[in-house]
Amino acid sequence: MTSSCCSCSRRFAGVSALWAGALLVLSMGLVGCGGGSDGSASGPSGSVSVDGSSTVFPLTEAVAEEFMRANRGARVTVGVSGTGGGFSKFLRGETAVNNASRPISPGEIEKAEANDIEFIELPVAYDGLAVTVHPDNDWVDCLTVEELRRIWEPNSEIDNWSQVRDDFPDREIELYGPGTASGTYDYFTEAIMGESGASRSDFTASEDDNVLVQGIEGTEGALGYFGLAYYENNADKLKVLGIDPDERGSGASCVTPSAETVNDGSYRPLSRPLFIYVNTAKLDETAEAFGDFYLQNAGDLAPDVGYVGMPDSTYALVRQRFQNRTTGTVFGREDLDVAGVQVAETLRNAARADTTE
Amino acid sequence: MESSSNGTFHLRRTRRKRIGMILAGVLFLATILGIVVLVTLLVDVAMQSRAWLDMQFLNSLPSRFADQAGIKPPLYGSLWLMGLTALISVPLGVASAVYLEEYARDGWFLQLIQINIANLAGVPSVVYGILGLALFVRFAALGQSLLAGALTLSLLILPIIIISTQEALRSLPTGLRESAYALGATRWQVIWSHVLPNAAPGIFTGVILALSRAIGETAPLILIGALTFVPFLPQSAMDQFTALPIQIFNWTARPQDEFRGLAAAAIVVLMILLFAMNLSAILLRDYFERQTAGE
Repeated sequence: MTSSCCSCSRRFAGVSALWAGALLVLSMGLVGCGGGSDGSASGPSGSVSVDGSSTVFPLTEAVAEEFMRANRGARVTVGVSGTGGGFSKFLRGETAVNNASRPISPGEIEKAEANDIEFIELPVAYDGLAVTVHPDNDWVDCLTVEELRRIWEPNSEIDNWSQVRDDFPDREIELYGPGTASGTYDYFTEAIMGESGASRSDFTASEDDNVLVQGIEGTEGALGYFGLAYYENNADKLKVLGIDPDERGSGASCVTPSAETVNDGSYRPLSRPLFIYVNTAKLDETAEAFGDFYLQNAGDLAPDVGYVGMPDSTYALVRQRFQNRTTGTVFGREDLDVAGVQVAETLRNAARADTTE
Repeated sequence: MESSSNGTFHLRRTRRKRIGMILAGVLFLATILGIVVLVTLLVDVAMQSRAWLDMQFLNSLPSRFADQAGIKPPLYGSLWLMGLTALISVPLGVASAVYLEEYARDGWFLQLIQINIANLAGVPSVVYGILGLALFVRFAALGQSLLAGALTLSLLILPIIIISTQEALRSLPTGLRESAYALGATRWQVIWSHVLPNAAPGIFTGVILALSRAIGETAPLILIGALTFVPFLPQSAMDQFTALPIQIFNWTARPQDEFRGLAAAAIVVLMILLFAMNLSAILLRDYFERQTAGE
């Protein structure tokens, strides 16, 4: 009995040692394999932490990938917390760069001042929103901003296409849009309703644009909006509508979204600039090199990930801003409508105002 | 009177038999339904992943180009997380269960703890994420590190480990403990030499199932700030990280079809990890059962 007791105690101890040993070997193996990623680096070898908008993520990811290919020693990490979530980390000083699909808000500026955080605001590319319908929809090619507002405004009672325009057929309208947490939702409501977050709530909402594409593709009376990148990848499944930017337009000056119409600012009000915000206190050698690299390559990389690059002359203006360490926001002013904003013009005006001061 | 009641009894028998058969059929369908859904899912994922699953996929860093993208950092991140989580949660969980079952006196305090543990096992994982963000990432200033992630996941699975270990300890015959005491063994000797070895199959099953749950968790990791694009491998427990479920989530949200193939391939890798863990649970349980039966 005693011997059997001892043997089983020894056996248990053996197995627990085995268990711990396995974990040790596992973690040591991982440490071993982990080594050797940073070779002889001549360029910057620090790390840059980026977080923020899921809309800007693909662009920053592409830039980061190329940046690390060029600078083997550097590390760039990119998180996806949404523009607002990213700003709350950025303004606590937890990240060096924040991806933003909208300019910084007045509340966030206050927080930056309270926390002594100084930032440089850099527009990096354009994003367009696409308003789409089912591919077999043959009654609508264009909607005016006014019509979009009547459809999407809070408590809107429109549930049939015939209520939108008199010559539209008697067909039920089914609405699809991004979830309330997304920057796209904020942006659409601001551009169309004039107030961020003002929207009817009885639509099919999803943070996943694929769900929206599938929903609109499968519903004859569907109408929905999401990023232009997603439309271009699903152009064969959906029909995109032109937008008449005129407030009370008749649909005569309709503009369909495309690289040109977004870039020249004529696709209004549903195209927007995307931003990165850089914390000046975290601008070390690596962060500075990353910022430079970003502004030099964003124009080429943007089309790869579904966005529209800005003209070279505009990137030159933005680079100037970065090199001069011009802090503060130009686009986050309350009196400025970012929808369809002319980035170059705004930057030039800001630079002029700076020199006259 | 008796014969007539016998008659109705026989009449009803065919009806009851029929109901019984229908019920058996319904139960069979219910079982089959689950299997059909699982098999459909597995086949669908396997088909989608076929073109993508290769050594290059396992060995590459993330990329915006689908044909260059791989899962090395998230795979290592997940393995690291599992290792650390096991190191933290297994000793803690088993120790708490041993205390609660073998040492603690029955009373209102024990009841309170028991009710809390049972409730904690049902708390949604997002809530643990929020707790982990406040407690480990910010208060303990661990940052968005592997250690913070592992501690959060440990909190998440501790109740499961404690409860399953308690069940395993409780299922042992009291005679086992009593005979050891009768021979003059101390309480600790009884626990270490008799109770734990005999409860080991149950404990290991519970531990592995709990770890299997942890490996698939996304929500708490996203909340504590696990990153999406991490183009390097973690070197220590304090490094930033990403994990397989986060990479899968990110890829499924991409507009390009190829990324969904990549997501499917990553799902297959995650499932192989899961199956391997479950298999090791079964093997360990069998090993210990054979050992105890051999005595």
